[in-house]
Amino acid sequence: MTSIPTTHALILASALFLIGAVGIVARRNLLFVLMSIEIMLSATGIAFVAAAARWGQADGQVVVIFIFVTAAAEVAVGLSLLLAVFGQGKTVDSDKISTMKG
Amino acid sequence: MSVLFYASGAVALISALLVITRVSAARAVVFLVLTFLATASVFYTLGAPFVAVLQVLIYAGAIIVLFVFVVMILNLGSEAQTEERSWLTWPVWVVPIILAAALIVQFVFAVSSPTSATVNVQHLPINGTASHDGQVSAQAVGRSLFTTYIIGVELASMMLLAGLVAAFHLGRRRGAKQK
Repeated sequence: MTSIPTTHALILASALFLIGAVGIVARRNLLFVLMSIEIMLSATGIAFVAAAARWGQADGQVVVIFIFVTAAAEVAVGLSLLLAVFGQGKTVDSDKISTMKG
Repeated sequence: MSVLFYASGAVALISALLVITRVSAARAVVFLVLTFLATASVFYTLGAPFVAVLQVLIYAGAIIVLFVFVVMILNLGSEAQTEERSWLTWPVWVVPIILAAALIVQFVFAVSSPTSATVNVQHLPINGTASHDGQVSAQAVGRSLFTTYIIGVELASMMLLAGLVAAFHLGRRRGAKQK
């Protein structure tokens, strides 16, 4: 674990984060957008764990636990929004959802 | 241990690429499980066994179950896949990949540059709660979580409650108010 350079872990985290970012920009299906957000959140977790391992402190891992909580709440709300959108327009295309109805 | 880090890192990158390029949502969910399990393995090799277990439980368990349920509820057929295939033409990928390539070059340069702060702090002495093999135990994480970050725990519980109420409100059936 000390043999792994922090630099490599950070590069892995940023590469995974950017794959998620490309997925958000390129995909039109809202389900894939949510999956890309999950990939980005777990990539930030790698960066925090790498920092925690670098200093041997638990603080970075505590932040990762908060990221888990955020991701769980986000995916619950996001998927129920997706189901509500699909129930109204029968589509998961993010380009077609351009109007809101109260 | 470092071999496991690089192998699982490569698996995470490849399966994440497969997630964002799949046409079928069900297959993408399967590759998403693989991404999360590989990420958990990366956490373990970076000396965070407790977070690795939580990653498997929360991400590869609970969140994936939600995705699988939504894929089943939506029940998109083969016409949705042909529509998806028509969206995924190569011009869609050009601009995001150019932007991401520019960003990854910046990240790699900033992280590995000898003048950056990241490399300079490597000369600082390592002190903290890690054991001799570099692992931070669940006990240390829990002690830090419930002493220093107790306000964060309270706020996280309120956010989970807000997420529960929001998901319940959004998920309730239309017209159920009248009954």
